[in-house]
Amino acid sequence: MDEPAATAAPEPTPPPRIRAPRAIRKWTPAPPKSAKGVALGAIAAVVALIGLGLFSVSAVREGLASVGFEDASTDIALYGLVALLLALFVPALKGLSGASKADRLVAVDLAEARAETAAAREISRVAIGYAAAAAIVFLFGLFLVANEVAVGKTFFDLALIVETFHLVGSAFWVNVEIFMVAEALVLVWGLLIAVARLAPGKAGAPVRLIATAYVDLFRGLPAIIAIYLVGFGLPLTDLPILRDMTPTMFAILALTLTYGAYVSEVYRSGIESVHWSQTAAARSLGFSHMQTLRFVVVPQAVRRIIPPLLNDFISLQKDTALVSVIGTVDAFNQAKIIASNHFNLSSVTTVAVLFVLITIPQARLVDKLIERDQKRMRAGG
Amino acid sequence: MALVEIRDVRKSYGGVVPVLNGVDLDVEEHQVVCLIGPSGCGKSTLLRCINGLETIDSGEIRLHGDRVSGPGVDVDALRRDVGIVFQSFNLFPHMSVVDNVTAAPIKVLGQGRGEAKERAMELLARIRLDHKATEFPDRLSGGQQQRVAIVRALAMDPIVLLLDEITSALDPELVSEVLDIVRDLRDEGMTMVLATHEMGFAREVSSKVCFLYGGVVHEEGPPEQIFSDPKDERTRAFLQRIIEAGRL
Ligand SMILES: Nc1ncnc2c1ncn2[C@@H]1O[C@H](COP(=O)(O)OP(=O)(O)O)[C@@H](O)[C@H]1O
Ligand SMILES: [Mg+2]
Repeated sequence: MDEPAATAAPEPTPPPRIRAPRAIRKWTPAPPKSAKGVALGAIAAVVALIGLGLFSVSAVREGLASVGFEDASTDIALYGLVALLLALFVPALKGLSGASKADRLVAVDLAEARAETAAAREISRVAIGYAAAAAIVFLFGLFLVANEVAVGKTFFDLALIVETFHLVGSAFWVNVEIFMVAEALVLVWGLLIAVARLAPGKAGAPVRLIATAYVDLFRGLPAIIAIYLVGFGLPLTDLPILRDMTPTMFAILALTLTYGAYVSEVYRSGIESVHWSQTAAARSLGFSHMQTLRFVVVPQAVRRIIPPLLNDFISLQKDTALVSVIGTVDAFNQAKIIASNHFNLSSVTTVAVLFVLITIPQARLVDKLIERDQKRMRAGG
Repeated sequence: MALVEIRDVRKSYGGVVPVLNGVDLDVEEHQVVCLIGPSGCGKSTLLRCINGLETIDSGEIRLHGDRVSGPGVDVDALRRDVGIVFQSFNLFPHMSVVDNVTAAPIKVLGQGRGEAKERAMELLARIRLDHKATEFPDRLSGGQQQRVAIVRALAMDPIVLLLDEITSALDPELVSEVLDIVRDLRDEGMTMVLATHEMGFAREVSSKVCFLYGGVVHEEGPPEQIFSDPKDERTRAFLQRIIEAGRL
């Protein structure tokens, strides 16, 4: 570096380059990984499934026979089910032939081979997926009929379920009544708490404090304890209005207090998710704090809070089963009475099914709403 | 007595350097005052202080001689009469165009629904958007949204209108449709204070240009003087940069 002139040959200097050209690395196309393995796996899975199916069907028939239930049409249905599963050989074999075709294609046309491999892998996975699902169903069937249909009889005694359905079903109306009224109250109460927690300025501080304390208390308090304290404690006070309240009303009160705390948080996060520039725009037009909340912020927040709100409502509906601790005869309490009379839990199964049935449509609705909002978000609106 | 008098206004967000450090400014009736200056010099902050969206630390802002800053001021009343339009439009996305325009007249001024709507349609017709009255803001272009935002402020019949870089968020070809409205308003004699980076427009439309720098009004004067013969070193440097960027 000291004497570059001494070592440099007396060549004419090349024109100055801003950047040396970069060597281009060549793209090397890779052949697709063969789908043979997964295709063979699919065939093995279907064969295993058929075996499991035949075993399960004979076990179920034995179990049914042990409780004196033998019926030709049931047999046909059971074996028909297994025969139906033979259809899974179609995608499995298609996958295998596709995979070997793809292997041959590698030497001829890489792009074709890739597409063929992808298709073979996909269809083999479909076969495996259905086989796994069917296997789970069979295993569940085996569990039900194990030990001379012990499980089946304990939980799914059809005769008992039918016989006691009207009792459990009409008691379920108590649950429905409790959650309908509680939900309506929670909607209003939660909003009040949320607005209180957002009370502005120094004057708002005590209001914020009380509201925050309330939310902290009831979010931490297990619902069952809230129901217990309200349902057993308040009647003991012998205060004018409280004295005349029914257990159902106490249950509604306790659930409203508990879920009001949750829902106020849902409202609050919804309100805070509305961009502050919306508040600035409203205030700059002369809207007051409350007018801004009412006409500008809350209407925009509501769309966003519907999914989390519905989730909280689903929990609330399930928690109506807790009111049995204060003696309200709801569906669960009724079912427990029946269960202890018959030494059999099938009536409780009825309640379980009822709860699940009312929840499913709501869960799907939540999914739909979330999907819709995400679409809207991606569309940039 | 000027319409807006700003006297020694100071405002800090808690940082080391205050954003406004003794601003003095008069806006006469029917004047169009342009605030220019580098990004972050406090143009938006000053405008927001004028209509009470921000509080000031010291100094005074007077409207027709009445002090409208400091404790005890009815900011809702102030904002009714001092309109502001933002860079990012901030239309209410859950309301149709016409509802955006009529919301404040109905809810804040207590106008009747029919009366407010009639006036809104009149204003929308003037900006040739009456056919979009029932659309929602997300169906409008940026330029159209900004025109609606101006009309929304006008529907309150403001004494003075503050415009904060109203074309900065727009695609270049949409800028002129918004500036045309400002020209019209000037011709009608609307008093306006605008923060802008459109120097050509500032030069054409304003009665007075103020160069804001370091929290104070560094230089102010008629547009010809500021743009062709700036006295202050900083003003000159700022304008030089704008010219280099091809914006003048
Ligand atoms: N809400 C705020 N909190 C803290 N700092 C802020 C806030 N708003 C603005 N600032 C600061 O104040 C200064 C001036 O901002 P602004 O008035 O928006 O400038 P301009 O509009 O001239 O670009 C900037 O440095 C900015 O970072
Ligand atoms: Mg700004």
